[in-house]
Amino acid sequence: MSDTHAHSIAFVRETEIPPAPPPAGETGPVKWLRENLFSNAVNSALTIAALLVIYLLLSKTLPWLLNGVWTTSSLAECREVLQGKTGACFSVLTERWNQLLYGFKYPSDQYWRPNLALVLLLFAIAPVLFFDLPRKLLAFTAVYPFLAFWLIWGGTILAPIVALVGFVAGAFVFQTYGKSSFAVGFFGAIAAAFAVWIIGGMLIPDGASDNAMLQAVPSRDLGGFMLNLMLGVTCVSLSLPLGIALALGRQSDMPLIKWICVVFIEFVRGVPLITLLFVASVMLAYFFPPESTVDLFLRVVIMITMFSAAYIAEVIRGGLAALPKGQYEAADSLGLDYPQAMRLIILPQALKISIPGIVNVAVGLFKDTTLVSVISMFDLVGMIRGPILASTEWNGVYWELLGFAALLFFVVCYGISQYSQWLERRLATDHR
Amino acid sequence: MSELMSDRAIDRSKMQVSDEVAIEINGMNKWYGSFHVLRDINLTVNQGERIVIAGPSGSGKSTLIRCLNALEEHQQGKIVVDGTELSNDLKNIDKIRSEVGMVFQHFNLFPHLTILENCTLAPIWVRKTPKKEAEERAMHFLEKVKIPEQAHKYPGMLSGGQQQRVAIARSLCMMPRIMLFDEPTSALDPEMIKEVLDTMIELAEEGMTMLCVTHEMGFARQVANRVIFMDAGQIVEQNEPEEFFNNPKSDRTKLFLSQILGH
Ligand SMILES: Nc1ncnc2c1ncn2[C@@H]1O[C@H](COP(=O)(O)OP(=O)(O)OP(=O)(O)O)[C@@H](O)[C@H]1O
Ligand SMILES: [Mg+2]
Repeated sequence: MSDTHAHSIAFVRETEIPPAPPPAGETGPVKWLRENLFSNAVNSALTIAALLVIYLLLSKTLPWLLNGVWTTSSLAECREVLQGKTGACFSVLTERWNQLLYGFKYPSDQYWRPNLALVLLLFAIAPVLFFDLPRKLLAFTAVYPFLAFWLIWGGTILAPIVALVGFVAGAFVFQTYGKSSFAVGFFGAIAAAFAVWIIGGMLIPDGASDNAMLQAVPSRDLGGFMLNLMLGVTCVSLSLPLGIALALGRQSDMPLIKWICVVFIEFVRGVPLITLLFVASVMLAYFFPPESTVDLFLRVVIMITMFSAAYIAEVIRGGLAALPKGQYEAADSLGLDYPQAMRLIILPQALKISIPGIVNVAVGLFKDTTLVSVISMFDLVGMIRGPILASTEWNGVYWELLGFAALLFFVVCYGISQYSQWLERRLATDHR
Repeated sequence: MSELMSDRAIDRSKMQVSDEVAIEINGMNKWYGSFHVLRDINLTVNQGERIVIAGPSGSGKSTLIRCLNALEEHQQGKIVVDGTELSNDLKNIDKIRSEVGMVFQHFNLFPHLTILENCTLAPIWVRKTPKKEAEERAMHFLEKVKIPEQAHKYPGMLSGGQQQRVAIARSLCMMPRIMLFDEPTSALDPEMIKEVLDTMIELAEEGMTMLCVTHEMGFARQVANRVIFMDAGQIVEQNEPEEFFNNPKSDRTKLFLSQILGH
């Protein structure tokens, strides 16, 4: 302190100091190793222990994977080929490939239909996931559910067309009357859609599906990983809008709406999904008219959607609560009405905050679609536990089958998680 | 108290008060639960008036101006803004809100939209202005608040003063007849306060009707034609700035002024 003051406090730099390279050993892989893996004794010990564990794991699994047998037709044959050596019996996957993917009842000459539906799905969700793509592509997204329904279930094309017309009629009514009064537009739209469906349903002749262009496939013939994907995609895309509606309803000033939403959310969250699925498989039939045999697939979709919508609603409620009150006030003070404020200001921000939570629910939902195996639907896990493991050829091949199932689910879930991280980065506009 | 006065002379040629009534408040009362925040407020503001509302913290200044565009509900009395009475009718409320601009202490810009989108959103959706026209108007007002070059940035990238000027431009894009300011400079550093005040002074020079809650007494002296002092939910004193500052009548005003001006 004192000796700096003893000189002069004033200082002016007259010569520029040139930049110099860092001292040796301060860059490169050696430095990285030293800093990250061997910075002190404990760290070094942990590094060595971790390497040991990795070695043990690989030394056991690698021979099993690399010695795998891919071409035999039963476990017994497989064992013969291996002659006591360690090695996986992957032939179960090649031999039962179609069953694992499509179930064991889907007509094998029709596999192109779900395949095509899957390819078209990529085109349909692209503009939803990547909003830099032209908005016109959304037109295909809107038609896709009906197209996919027709491709997978086949039968008369009139059914999906009537369904589509019903939605269009509802949207039209909402467009025309929703502006003056939201309630009139909303309930008018529902009434119009149902009117079209009922009248259209009566107009479709009874035998329309018998000689249709695409052979009709009943829901109970769907199976394999295809069934998981169908349930996952349908339920995620239905439960997101339902979850948003529930979250907004829970915040509503109108007590009736608020209470309906609260009771729904709390009830559904308080019940295990598996019980809801049992309800779907046996009891839900009581709620529909006795002569209508409501499709099991539809019943399961309703239950899973309700379940995940309740969770998504709570996630979004957190996002809504995290927004400062000033955002609502600014939107109000500019004269935006409630739907505009929600759609343009509040939801874009609340949803952005909720992305990690929503993805969490979506990933969980997708994996939970395997629970339908418990109510004797033959999804991927149902196929493995049922027809494949019960067969005389493949009785006892657990690791290969379940490992394969895990791999398929991991690929999809990892993809979802990577997408959500990209989305969060893409939407990061606040530099606070 | 630092006097952050504008260094340039103020052009008073257009700062004229007309006979037309912009806001009329009659016997207004408001309660938060059982707490009586605003007590028997009577106030008439003519078109073109610049009013500064001052008073200690918690005296109800914010609550008063937030009642004017129905961000807060009042329970008793009558408020008429620009010829439209504030009632529970949502149509009236939306009409008044689109005629009255509001600037907040914490800017409240929409962080997910660019500056330009912040400014065009309400004109496009509320006024149904064509997008192109709305963007031209937005650029016009952004130039006026001197930040046209920031139009394509996001609010989070701007300084506080810049954000507040964007907030002013955003309100102006709705072509309001009345502007409400709730402590627009309280969240800013001193050097940014000046740029925001300059923008507000320009606005006053163009004849905008303004109600400002602010502690910037320099601004009040220079620009206001009336200063209102509130305490405990009541209007205690109102006067022309010269008289108000040099010759306050009520003891509470004297006390407040001595504290805020540090005499
Ligand atoms: N939402 C609310 N619920 C209950 N009391 C409130 C609410 N908002 C404000 N108040 C109370 O009303 C009184 C007036 O608040 P207001 O915000 O209008 O004061 P102010 O004059 O703007 O003060 P400041 O200078 O601190 O901004 C305060 O006592 C405050 O505690
Ligand atoms: Mg205040």
